[in-house]
Amino acid sequence: MTGTPSGKRSVTELGSQMRSYYGRPIVKEPVWQPEIPFYLWTGGIGGASSVLHGVARLTGNHELAKRTLLIGAAADAVSPLLLISDLGRPERFLNMFRVFKVTSPMSVGSWILGVSGTASATAAALELLGLRGPMKWLAEAVSFVTGPPLATYTGALFANTAIPVWSEARDELPWLFGASASASAGAAALIATPAESAAPARRAAIGGSLAALGLAELMERKLGVVGEVYKQGDAGRYGKIAKAATAAGAALIATRGKRSRAAAALGGTLVLAGELALRWSVFRAGFQSAADPKYTVITQKERSRA
Amino acid sequence: MNATAERVGFFTDTSVCIGCKACEVACKEWNLVPEDGLVWTGDSYDNTSELGANTWRHVAFVEQRAPLRLDGDVATLDAEPMRWLMESDVCKHCTHAGCLDVCPTGALFRTEFGTVVVQEDVCNGCGYCVPACPFGVLDKRHLPRKPDDMPLQLPLLGKNEDGRVWKCTLCYDRLKGGHEPACAQACPTKSIQFGELDELRERADKRLEKLQAEQWNGARLYGRDEDDGVGGFGAFFLLLDEPEVYGLPPDPVVPTKHLPRLWASTALASAAVFAGVALAFLGGRE
Repeated sequence: MTGTPSGKRSVTELGSQMRSYYGRPIVKEPVWQPEIPFYLWTGGIGGASSVLHGVARLTGNHELAKRTLLIGAAADAVSPLLLISDLGRPERFLNMFRVFKVTSPMSVGSWILGVSGTASATAAALELLGLRGPMKWLAEAVSFVTGPPLATYTGALFANTAIPVWSEARDELPWLFGASASASAGAAALIATPAESAAPARRAAIGGSLAALGLAELMERKLGVVGEVYKQGDAGRYGKIAKAATAAGAALIATRGKRSRAAAALGGTLVLAGELALRWSVFRAGFQSAADPKYTVITQKERSRA
Repeated sequence: MNATAERVGFFTDTSVCIGCKACEVACKEWNLVPEDGLVWTGDSYDNTSELGANTWRHVAFVEQRAPLRLDGDVATLDAEPMRWLMESDVCKHCTHAGCLDVCPTGALFRTEFGTVVVQEDVCNGCGYCVPACPFGVLDKRHLPRKPDDMPLQLPLLGKNEDGRVWKCTLCYDRLKGGHEPACAQACPTKSIQFGELDELRERADKRLEKLQAEQWNGARLYGRDEDDGVGGFGAFFLLLDEPEVYGLPPDPVVPTKHLPRLWASTALASAAVFAGVALAFLGGRE
């Protein structure tokens, strides 16, 4: 019988002492395909764009309001297509609306996306048709209110699993995804909006980027030994791209974004790319932490000992 | 069958398992679980490797340089002790089942027997239950669809693979008919015992007491305790070593245990997105 290792040790050391069943994983890797990290990104853009749109409308910034409405509606329209494409039985996608279960972030999220997407599509269609009645006001209000949960629930969805690197980050993931969504929605709006109306988009892109960079760092540190997957393999590579592109984009927007439309567009593109890479990094980290049983065993033994 | 039958389950006593794999075969035969490839792993006598969409009973084989008993191992002729652990693994039919909690379609449900079953005519293959299971029991079936189940010939909506998630049903159909599950019936040593859960727990306690009195090395019950992270297993085990040696998690917890706090955190993060975006509008539009 080997006892539980005590004291501070590296995960590699702990892993070599741990006994396993031929090194086989204990939890299954997710079966989700590349559609999912892309959806995390588009869903985030859709949700946070709805908020940008709502505040722009309330403050009378019509140039920004129109563009964020169309960007949000486009992102909300692509999102369900990605999700349906990921299903094993795409023809049964409507089964997502058989029930509403608060124990399932995917159930809650499906309803949020359904309501938010319908509202933003309606508002965008009325905008393009030039119909500005109470119907449009209502659709905009619904999409405004459902935007933030749409941008953050995916963090709860990932955290509510047995995947060590996701479940142990349950205090950070909704915040990280919310920050990432705000950065990408700001960046997308910045690319599309003339400079004289784009200041809020600029600030959202910069602020969201800084928050996402800080939260990613915080998450990796708090994860302790399990956080090492963010330094390895695909998660590590995407993580590096995410940090470099987000930081470079935010810096470019902050220094040149106000005067040069080209610099704003380039900075916005970098932030969008960085946030997409961040979603991929978190996605792949989940697979990596499931593939090696040591992450499951160490997390659970440390918890039992605490 | 009345609507509120006693909760039933399995007590799998690995101390009498002989690794015959009759349970694996009986399960496949009765439940029409398809063959998903024949491989040689070199991992003792285990070529099945793990539970999944196409394996609902899995016999683990562990060869150890360790004594079977702690009081001088009479079975060992060698100077060096040796034991061969065998364990027939299965879905745990948890009291608090992560798969069931996260299923967004209601395809997974709790039966009148207290077991957890996937309704294959409802499952849309979203895959959420796969990483939500602390034991890695469920998986998506990637084999081709059956001829009576051909895909829609439409873009996006048609896929050729089965695409649904499958796992042990604790032979729901056999229970309905008043029979015991196929694996338990096929087991020649009573390593797999089926029955009412309360009665199985009593039986397991007595068995553990006996093995401990006989100084069996590492004997312990796994999943019997109703205070554990999943509220106790509907299918629990007597093991002869730590759970991870058999590929089982040492202290499984249902993911949804943390969900109230997680939802609160998500609500705060949503409020922060509102606040953050609103702040971006301070200081004008240029």
